[in-house]
Amino acid sequence: MSSNRQSASASPWRAPIVFAILAALFVLEGTVRNGMFSGSWNTSLAILNMGLISAITALGVNMQWGYAGLFNVGVVGFLALGGLAPVLVSLPPVQGAWSAGGPRLILSLLVGLGTLALARIVYARTRRGLLVALVLIAGFVAYRWLFDPAVSAIEANNAASAGNIGGLGLPVLLSWAVGGAFAAAAAWAIGKVALGLRSDYLAIATLGIAEIIVAVLRNEDWLARGVKNITSIPRPVPYEIDLQQNPAFVDFATRWGFSAAEASGIWVKLCYMSLFLVVLLTIVLLAELALKSPWGRMMRAIRDNETAAEAMGKDVTARHLQVFILGSAVIGVAGAMMITLDGLMAPTSYNPLRYTFLIWVMVIVGGSGNNWGAILGAVLIWFLWIKAEVWGPNLIGLLVGPLPDGDVKAHLLGSAPHMRFIAMGAVLLLVLRFAPRGLVPEK
Amino acid sequence: MDILNALVAFLNFVFIPAAAYGAQLALGALGVTLIYGILRFSNFAHGDTMAFGTAITIIATWGLQSLGVSLGPLPTALLALPIGIAGTALLVLATDRVVYRFYRVQKAAPIIFVMASVGVMFVMNGLTRLLIGVDEQRFDDGARFLIAVRDFREWTGLAEGLALRSTQALTVIVTVIVCAALFWFLNRTKGGKAMRAYSDNEDLALLSGIDPEKVVRMTWIIAAALMTIAGVLYGLDKSFRPFNYFQILLPIFAAAIVGGLGNPIGAIAGGFLVAFSEVAVTYPWVKIAGYLAPGWEPGGLLQLLGTEYKFAVSFVILIVVLLFRPTGLFRGKSV
Amino acid sequence: MSDQDAVFGHRGNRDASVVNSQGKGTIDGTRPSGPVGQGRAGDPFLIGEGMTGGYGKGPDILNNCTIAVEKGQIAVIVGPNGAGKSTAMKAIFGMLNLRQGSVRLDGRDITALNPQDRVKAGMGFVPQVNNIFPSMTVEENLEMGAYIRNDDIRRTMEQVYDLFPAVAAKRRQAAGELSGGQRQQVAVGRALMTQPSVLMLDEPTAGVSPIVMDELFDRIIAIARGGLPVLMVEQNAKQAMMIADKAYVLVQGANAHTGTGHELMQNDEVRRTFLGG
Repeated sequence: MSSNRQSASASPWRAPIVFAILAALFVLEGTVRNGMFSGSWNTSLAILNMGLISAITALGVNMQWGYAGLFNVGVVGFLALGGLAPVLVSLPPVQGAWSAGGPRLILSLLVGLGTLALARIVYARTRRGLLVALVLIAGFVAYRWLFDPAVSAIEANNAASAGNIGGLGLPVLLSWAVGGAFAAAAAWAIGKVALGLRSDYLAIATLGIAEIIVAVLRNEDWLARGVKNITSIPRPVPYEIDLQQNPAFVDFATRWGFSAAEASGIWVKLCYMSLFLVVLLTIVLLAELALKSPWGRMMRAIRDNETAAEAMGKDVTARHLQVFILGSAVIGVAGAMMITLDGLMAPTSYNPLRYTFLIWVMVIVGGSGNNWGAILGAVLIWFLWIKAEVWGPNLIGLLVGPLPDGDVKAHLLGSAPHMRFIAMGAVLLLVLRFAPRGLVPEK
Repeated sequence: MDILNALVAFLNFVFIPAAAYGAQLALGALGVTLIYGILRFSNFAHGDTMAFGTAITIIATWGLQSLGVSLGPLPTALLALPIGIAGTALLVLATDRVVYRFYRVQKAAPIIFVMASVGVMFVMNGLTRLLIGVDEQRFDDGARFLIAVRDFREWTGLAEGLALRSTQALTVIVTVIVCAALFWFLNRTKGGKAMRAYSDNEDLALLSGIDPEKVVRMTWIIAAALMTIAGVLYGLDKSFRPFNYFQILLPIFAAAIVGGLGNPIGAIAGGFLVAFSEVAVTYPWVKIAGYLAPGWEPGGLLQLLGTEYKFAVSFVILIVVLLFRPTGLFRGKSV
Repeated sequence: MSDQDAVFGHRGNRDASVVNSQGKGTIDGTRPSGPVGQGRAGDPFLIGEGMTGGYGKGPDILNNCTIAVEKGQIAVIVGPNGAGKSTAMKAIFGMLNLRQGSVRLDGRDITALNPQDRVKAGMGFVPQVNNIFPSMTVEENLEMGAYIRNDDIRRTMEQVYDLFPAVAAKRRQAAGELSGGQRQQVAVGRALMTQPSVLMLDEPTAGVSPIVMDELFDRIIAIARGGLPVLMVEQNAKQAMMIADKAYVLVQGANAHTGTGHELMQNDEVRRTFLGG
């Protein structure tokens, strides 16, 4: 019966060993050039940086899942919402956008929110559905009356290169916190509705809200130019081109035996890496401290026995809402960091498979409930995800090598990059089956 | 006031598209609800399995077309459908044997099945990509319209045209047949009743001599058939793009939950409710308003939401229903 | 609780949009049956003899416990809370692993059979809770009871309806919408549909009103007088002993007193310790 059960008391060396293997993989990627590795530090660090962002996302999901058992399948939405922050905070203001319709736009959004609040109050006071519907219809008409002309005006403003509301021109690092706040606000709204019912409906609710958030980003051109994308998001680190023109840096690079172009790339990525590591470690530290505090003990008590905790007067729903908001905020921070790293806001790239379900693979593979597990799982799975794109075709090429040239061979070779989806599914299924507690099991 | 033209416009732009879309959602939601009721988890691989079944059917269709086989005015895909269903059924049965059965024997918590279904979703997604790629495919052939706009205008002399695509009519007809067959099976046959009994009370079903594995196998086969039919009809009506099948997961889940998870009638009602709301909310009513109140010149299109936000509609319906009836419109099992 | 439950703990089990725990099973349906042996000469119709065992790998709950029922008789198992009454019945029904002892029915040793096969061997079992299919109609519940039969079930169904006229009137209604007592009648009726050779009831009167309880007992007597032996676990010891041909008082999983219902009612110790004087 217990064929698949991992020993409950995992070795204390487990996390360090997994970590060492992971480090070795990145070193190999940076140094060895063969069919499997690129031998470029730039590639290696690029994978690592994105891996660190995935790790922060996985941490957020792991808070919700590990501490409260909440199943969030709208990760992509919170990531996207966080990604909006660098656009709105750190981009320079767009000339004329604000005067074209800014105040009216803000007013319309306030009217929209006010309508929802008023409807809620009216319902609480009178319990009359008709009255609520009336409030909602009136509010919606007022909102559209304010909103539509404001948006047209903003989008008409320098449509070719802008057409959006523009940013505040503040430092991009500030936007990371704002991204967390955006995601937290959305999480509050959705959690308030989905967690208050007789049983939770969080999964479907998050799935829905994520679709809506991504749809908003894709279609509201005034916000972040929609599918026209926003490029040139300011960086918190130097630009490669500046480094290459800096004689001191070129000197420094040649002394280490790198070309200026390569060294500048590595340097920028190292800067990013340090920033990400600071954020990651801060979040882990706070999370671990929180877990050891009275609040954390209560969370664990609730998780282990919801009924008993409820009987003891703990407000389980309110705690769950708290954790959901905190976790989503962390995901939002990761979303803002990702946009900063890419320097590009491209709403079409927010694919749930990649940004929701792959994160889930990371959390499960890492070990539900264990922060270090989530981090290791995230970086490992991200590495595999990227490399599977290379390894898949190589493997298929090797396998179909003996086959005669023809349609089948061409088709197999052509579709080899898709192998990584199957690989990720297989990894998740294998871990669930043979090591369901993950690489680094919860203590 | 021009009621006739308004009615025709309503039928053409709202009723017919919504009915076809609703039928597709209903079939998808039926599959979700069956799996939820009997296997006790929400199958995240549903959309991707639909895509896989459709991909097999498309390939079979191409094969038939290259052999010169056709159904005349009907799409050849209808002939290829049984092949698609058989292929999908084999695949889901194999999946169950390799993945889910282990957890079922272990009496694992349903959440583990959900996680496993995420893994299966990745694999199915990859398989579909391997099979047919990520690009859009059109595979409808046969007569395109049962009623074409120009013919309709000539027959009736109305200003407004009405088009009824053969795929839309086909969708509704096939859905009615499939639903009737499914309800007959569930309510009238021993096997169907065994499935309902297993859904109600696994232990008692076992003690009554019902073979759980047989029930599970039957469920997967029926679900595979529903998924493939829904996928093919959706593909015929719109077009086949694997990613759309992933996205349709939300309205399908919404329909199943709105109707009451685990309740087949609810799934059908939910499917049509979601579809009609989506179409009604995203349709610009200005034309119909123009017929009904000729003098009135509304400032805008009278469109409540852009079509890009159709997913928001299913979401809002879902929330509203859950707020007021947590078990769905028809009593489901999610109490 | 299975091992797999320990993996994620209670995580995610609250989310009704993804998981459905309603009606989830607990019996391991995959355990294969062993061979059927020979009974012993002079056995009662059904006997669980010297049963020792517990759930899974847990501690023994039953200690050398023996329960038997003769043809046409009613045997009841009574005892204080936690005495292992229900466990003894489940042991006879094959729902826990016996380390020692055997179960013999109608001249056969069925110790190695799994519960499903014991039903086929002639045991009709009515669990204490979750003993109906709530969303199915009364008639469908009865049909499901007769699932293993391939002959005409209409006669049996009429017999059940004759026995329980109250539910006969509601045959098209969902069983889950009936009152507590009527549900129990449906549950018993479902078990009778297999035409069992022995009927086993686990606390059939739990949670029903006294009037309904009396009526249920009347029906059970009627069943037994019709020739079908009845073995039942009862919480209401006094009433149960009044109708019992044979009563077993269990204490801590072992036989404490055995006798006819009448004898035990007269027994001072039995009266003092748990009939309440």
